[in-house]
Amino acid sequence: TKRNLPDHFKKYRHVWVFIELERGQVHPVSFELLGEGRRLADQLGVQLAGVVLGPPGDSTRHAVAEAFAYDADLVYLVEKPLLTDYRNESFTKALTDLVNTYKPEILLLGATTLGRDLAGSVATTLLTGLTADCTGLDVDDDGSLAATRPTFGGSLLCTIYTLNCRPQMATVRPRVMRMPQRSNKRIGRVIRHDLRMLEDEIVTKVVGFLSDGQSENANLAYADVVVAGGLGLGAADNLQLLKNLAQTIGGDYGCSRPLVQKGWMAADRQIGQTGKTIRPKLYIAAGISGAIQHRVGVEGADLIVAINTDPNAPIFDFANIGVVADAVSFLPALTEVFIRRLAPGNHIRLVN
Amino acid sequence: MHIVVCIKQVPDSAQIRVHPVTNTIMRQGVPTIINPYDLFALEEALKVRDLHGGEVTVLTMGPPMAEEALRKALTYGADRAILLTDRHFAGSDTLATSFALSQAISQIGNSFDTPDIVFTGKQTIDGDTAQVGPGIAKRLNLVQLTYVAKITSIDLSARAITVERRSEGGTHVLKSELPCLITMLEGTTVIRRGSLDDALRAARSEIVKWNAAEAGIEDITKCGLRGSPTVVKRVFAPTPREQKAVQIDTTEKRVHDIANELVASIFTHQPALQHELSSADSA
Ligand SMILES: Cc1cc2nc3c(=O)[nH]c(=O)nc-3n(C[C@H](O)[C@H](O)[C@H](O)COP(=O)(O)OP(=O)(O)OC[C@H]3O[C@@H](n4cnc5c(N)ncnc54)[C@H](O)[C@@H]3O)c2cc1C
Ligand SMILES: Cc1cc2nc3c(=O)[nH]c(=O)nc-3n(C[C@H](O)[C@H](O)[C@H](O)COP(=O)(O)OP(=O)(O)OC[C@H]3O[C@@H](n4cnc5c(N)ncnc54)[C@H](O)[C@@H]3O)c2cc1C
Repeated sequence: TKRNLPDHFKKYRHVWVFIELERGQVHPVSFELLGEGRRLADQLGVQLAGVVLGPPGDSTRHAVAEAFAYDADLVYLVEKPLLTDYRNESFTKALTDLVNTYKPEILLLGATTLGRDLAGSVATTLLTGLTADCTGLDVDDDGSLAATRPTFGGSLLCTIYTLNCRPQMATVRPRVMRMPQRSNKRIGRVIRHDLRMLEDEIVTKVVGFLSDGQSENANLAYADVVVAGGLGLGAADNLQLLKNLAQTIGGDYGCSRPLVQKGWMAADRQIGQTGKTIRPKLYIAAGISGAIQHRVGVEGADLIVAINTDPNAPIFDFANIGVVADAVSFLPALTEVFIRRLAPGNHIRLVN
Repeated sequence: MHIVVCIKQVPDSAQIRVHPVTNTIMRQGVPTIINPYDLFALEEALKVRDLHGGEVTVLTMGPPMAEEALRKALTYGADRAILLTDRHFAGSDTLATSFALSQAISQIGNSFDTPDIVFTGKQTIDGDTAQVGPGIAKRLNLVQLTYVAKITSIDLSARAITVERRSEGGTHVLKSELPCLITMLEGTTVIRRGSLDDALRAARSEIVKWNAAEAGIEDITKCGLRGSPTVVKRVFAPTPREQKAVQIDTTEKRVHDIANELVASIFTHQPALQHELSSADSA
C-alpha cells in the first residue's frame, strides 16, 4: 500500500477518468465513473479530471462539456484527426503520454470492448497494475485504492491493491456504478496535449462499421425495464411470450446463459457475469433459477420480480416479489393485465 | 505460417463450491479443463493452418499438471505443445503472466519459427480479466486485434489480415498486418472433434517443458509475486440480502387473478412505474 511507495511515485496525484468517445457518442459508463471518481477524489482531497481523446470537432467539444457537467474539475484533451476512430496504437500512445506527463494516482476506464483493449495496453506500457471489472472502489486509510471485484463466478469477492506502482488502474463495467446527477456546470480548465504520431505509423485501419441495427440495438444494459427468460421457458418458441411482455411495458428483453448456448438468443442479450450488467427500474425473470453468475448481473435493479415453478429456487433469495407459477401460462396473463392497466383504450389493438 | 495459441488450464468453475464456514474455495476434486474461450482461439488457429499451411504451437504457463491441457490441445490437432512451468511463476498477476508468456513466445520464435499470429482467448473463466492478450501484444510489439468475431482474409504474401472486431453496438472491420495478436471471441466457430490420428499422436507426443531460464527469462524479479503490482488482499463472501421475496399467494387462484395481484404489487413497490410504463406503451 501507500506507505511502501517509492519516492518517485509520490508525485502521482489526482483521479482521472477516461471519457470513452466512439462514433461521436460518449459512452454513459464514463459518467458513472466520473460519479465514482468524484467520491474518490473528495476522499483523497485531490482533483477529478476527465481525459478526452478525439478528433477536432463538435463531438469532442461536447465530450469535454459533458465531463464538466458530470463534475470533473479539469479535462485533459488530445484533439487530433487520427483519433477519429478508436485504434489501439494511437489511443495507447495518447493516454500513456498524458499519464507520463501529468501523473495521476488513479486512472479509471469503462470495462467495454474499447476500454479493456486500451487499459491492457496502457497498463503494460506503464508497467503498472490493472484491476479488471471492479464492482466496488474505495480509498483506504493510507490513501491506496482498494478495488473490489467478483471472483470465482461471483461466489466470492476479492479486494485488490496495486503496490509500488502508479497509477493504480481499474476498469468498471457499464451499469455497475450508479449514474450521477448531471449539472449545468460550465466548462472549466482544459489542458491540451499534443500527440506526436503520424497516420503512417498506425498499422491498423478501420475500413468499415456494421451497426447492429436500430431495432436490434436496443441497449439492454441501459433499459429501464427488462424481461428475461431462462431454461424454465422450455422451448425457443416461448421466447415470443417474453418479447410480447417486453413490448407491452416498453422494455427490453434478455436471457440467462444457457439460452445463448442453445442458440435461442443472441450472445449480447445474455445477462450476468459473463454477459451484461443491468440496472433497470423493473426486472422480471421468468424460468431463471438465479445462479450466482446471473445474480451478479441483476442485483442493481430497483425491483426484481421472479416467476418460477420451484418455491425453493435461489432467485427468491434476492428477488423482491416472487410468483410460484408456470411462466409459459403466466406470461401471457401478465401481459394482458398490463395492457389493461396501462392503456385501457388500446385493449383491442394490442391483443391479437 | 507459424501460429502460437496460448491456452490456460482452469478449474471447471461450474463445479466450484465455496466452503460455507471458512469462505474458502474448495478446489479439491474439482476437475480442470482448458479455458473454454481458448478452444475458439485454438479452432481458429487450426483453421488458418489448414487453409494456409504451417504449424500450430500451443503454449501454457502453469503447474506441471497443466500438461494435461496441452495434451488435450494436441488431440484437437495442434502440432507442438510447450509447458512453461517454474515455481518462480507462482502468484503472477496479468502483468507478470504476460511477461513470462511473451518471453516464451520469443523463445519459441528462436527455437522453431517466428510466429505470424499469436492467439489468445477473450478471457479466462477464473481470473477473468481479459488483460493477458493485450499484455503480450504490447510486450512483443505486435499489432493487437481484440474481440475478433471473424477472420475475413489473410494474404500471406502481402502480410495483410482483415478481421471483424466486435465493439459496442456493432462490428468494426479492421485491416491490419502480420504479425499480430488476436483475442478470439467465443461462439465464433464450431470446435472440431480431433481425429483418431491426432489422438494417437497426442498420446505419444513429447511435451516441451521450459523453466524460466529455458524460456529465456533472465530477470525473474519480473515474474510471479515479485513481478506483480497487483495483490489480492482480502477474499470475502458477498453480503446476503436480508429479505426474501414477498410471495404472491397463488393457491387456488386463476392465473389472471395472480397476474392482477402481481401488477398491483409492482405498483405498490414502485408507484412511479405506473406512469412510466404506460407512457412507454403509448409512445
Ligand atoms: C464461468 C461461468 C459463467 C457464467 N456466466 C453466466 C452469466 O453471465 N449469466 C447467466 O445467466 N448464467 C451464467 N452462468 C451459468 C449459471 O451458472 C447457470 O447455469 C445459469 O444461469 C442457469 O440458467 P437458468 O436459470 O436459465 O437455468 P436453470 O438453472 O436450469 O433454471 C431453470 C429454472 O426454471 C425453473 N422452471 C422450470 N420450468 C418452469 C416453468 N414452466 N415456469 C417457470 N419456471 C420454471 C426451474 O425451477 C429452474 O429454477 C455461468 C456459469 C459459469 C460456470
Ligand atoms: C480472484 C482473482 C482475481 C484476480 N484479479 C486480477 C486483476 O484484477 N488484475 C490482474 O492483473 N490480475 C488478477 N488476477 C491474477 C490473474 O488471474 C492471473 O495473472 C492469471 O494468470 C492470468 O489472468 P486471467 O486468468 O485473468 O487471464 P485473461 O487475461 O482473462 O486471459 C486471456 C487469455 O490469455 C491467455 N492466458 C491467460 N493466462 C494464461 C496462462 N497461464 N498460460 C497461457 N495462456 C494464458 C489465454 O489465452 C486466455 O484466454 C486475479 C487472480 C485471482 C485468483
